[in-house]
Amino acid sequence: MSIRERLSGNEAAAIAMKQINPDVVAAFPITPSTEIPQYFSTFVSNGTVDTEFVAVESEHSAMSACVGAEAAGGRAMTATSANGLSFMWEMIYIASSMRLPIVMSLVNRAVSGPLNIHNDHSDAMGVRDAGWIMLFSENNQEAYDNLIMAHRIAENKDVMLPLMVCQDGFITSHSIENIELIEDDVVKNFVGKYNPEHYLLNDKEPISMGPLDLQSYLFEHKRGQAQAMINAKQVILDVAKDFEKITGRKYSFFEEYKLDDAEIAIVCMNSTAGTTKFVIDELRKKGVKAGLLKLRVFRPFPAEEIAKALSHLKAVAVLDKADSLNAVGGALFTDVTSGMQVNKVSIPTVNYIYGIGGRDTKSTDIESVFNDLQEIVKTGNINNPYRYLGLRG
Amino acid sequence: MCAGCGAPPVARMIMRALKEGDHAVVSGATGCMEVSTFIYPYTSWTDSFIHTAFENAASTLSGVEAAYKAMKRQGKLPENVDTKFIAFGGDGGTYDIGIQALSGAMERGHDMVYVCYDNGAYMNTGIQRSSATPKFADTTTSPAGTVIPGKMQSRKDLAKIMVGHHLPYVGQSIALNNFKDLYEKAEKAIYTEGPCFLNVLAPCPRGWGYPTDMLMQINKLAVETCYWPLYEVIDGRYVINYKPKNKLPVEEFLKPQKRFKHMFKPGNEWMIQEFQKEVDDRWQELLDLEAITNKSPNEE
Repeated sequence: MSIRERLSGNEAAAIAMKQINPDVVAAFPITPSTEIPQYFSTFVSNGTVDTEFVAVESEHSAMSACVGAEAAGGRAMTATSANGLSFMWEMIYIASSMRLPIVMSLVNRAVSGPLNIHNDHSDAMGVRDAGWIMLFSENNQEAYDNLIMAHRIAENKDVMLPLMVCQDGFITSHSIENIELIEDDVVKNFVGKYNPEHYLLNDKEPISMGPLDLQSYLFEHKRGQAQAMINAKQVILDVAKDFEKITGRKYSFFEEYKLDDAEIAIVCMNSTAGTTKFVIDELRKKGVKAGLLKLRVFRPFPAEEIAKALSHLKAVAVLDKADSLNAVGGALFTDVTSGMQVNKVSIPTVNYIYGIGGRDTKSTDIESVFNDLQEIVKTGNINNPYRYLGLRG
Repeated sequence: MCAGCGAPPVARMIMRALKEGDHAVVSGATGCMEVSTFIYPYTSWTDSFIHTAFENAASTLSGVEAAYKAMKRQGKLPENVDTKFIAFGGDGGTYDIGIQALSGAMERGHDMVYVCYDNGAYMNTGIQRSSATPKFADTTTSPAGTVIPGKMQSRKDLAKIMVGHHLPYVGQSIALNNFKDLYEKAEKAIYTEGPCFLNVLAPCPRGWGYPTDMLMQINKLAVETCYWPLYEVIDGRYVINYKPKNKLPVEEFLKPQKRFKHMFKPGNEWMIQEFQKEVDDRWQELLDLEAITNKSPNEE
């Protein structure tokens, strides 16, 4: 039987980590993810986990220690936000190139500058090409569930890539909501033991890791990483199926909310999906056929599946909680539209940059997006596809 | 590595101090030693080795050591195998860009030895000055010019910074005299529980500009002039391992090296005098520290 609880997103992440019981957690405090290592170090101090907690002196060292621990043959986890992830940046690439299935809780927050501690997705978008699997979570339940599924995906022998579970800073990390937890022993069985093929602490087979890798081999090694990301797609679906068997909760690349008969739709990630669902329900009452595609798996990017799911629509709005500052639009918009183009789906599509630095996105903002889409359907005019939502005049 | 390089004898002697049957995980900072010993698909290391980046040999190894503790505790590793943790970094990766990761790992008390092989500049990228570069040295980012005669700042004293972390063992050594000093300090550092630090001078023929067959003489001159004193600090107590009967003038050490050539031009005598004064002052400081830290409580 599952356990009903009321937890914040950070508490949910910490409890998932407790149930996973990794060998090493190395973390450094940064708002709004700080509570995760705080809660976790309490579990360590009280002996409820077998983990060695490494209270590092920086995020760069946090990821370095995770790389060391995972290469050693252990399971390593961490949590961070914003500038913490930026400071890890060098090691983020090294972790994935060494094919180490480290799992991170990323509590999304605006990257400086100027300094801001509130939510947007600029931290995650900065590492989107780093070779990490990236899962996004609408609420505390999804943040928890994604973490429970993380190791099964990351450690699959056809994958062997690090994975980050994203949730919105403060909006979900600090909001207490109802949650269904899985029993400890069920999680333990589901996650299973980590049996790496090669690892530093195997004295029977000493190995060298992290070579100087020159023109003759680096290209092939990078291709291997690319293949691992391609392979991850099927593994993510397989793990979701097994997860459904123990919880009844369904996961895929994305959630389609009232999308199959919709005429206009929003594509977005994390907590904004909740607000969007509320607006859709209101609009449906008025006969507006609005829908949502809430992306869960941002890396690997399910381009073909997204294009197919949107193919019947008359207009689409992609919401980006970070701007790419490329004079064209946000990263999600670029990915979605290029996926549509390649898969021969041609629908009027617009981009909205929104919620930067924690700017509240209200239901009226989302409603205005749907109004704009209706206008586009009616007139066929897009005008500027690169738009800002909720910007003060 | 290059002929006449001081680093390989250091690595060899440190690894030789590992007892038979013990396994080691070695962490290497990016630098000459790492790029010349581990080029895919070959490795020179017979123990396990990990390289990740330039500044984090210490923090990477701290993760390995933490995993070892956790896995040993849970019975995931064989009980009868002892694993030791050894990091190697050059002075660039240790004194400069890696000092935060080093300080953090030492403060956290990981059971490891960090070995700095100090060649006094960023040699791998082409001889740029570091905070370990001696004063007046001619490097590619502190060139001896007509207005500025080389590096104008004194070198940092890293061993003392490590002593400030209250480590159980800190040693300063060099590959000399059948490597006895180096071997003994390596053995002590590896088999002393807790975080230990070794600073080992490792001359670089390209950066220092001495003939490749002169490595051992350069090492000897570094010690005989007291430019590089051999000492150890055991639980805060300083022990100077060698006190030259006739301390040679520092010119003897400077003269065979091209990086100090400009100091010997007429009119630049002041540079040699200033260099000598720094060596003398630091040697005296070391003698004082030995005297103070070995004073018994009744002696006042």
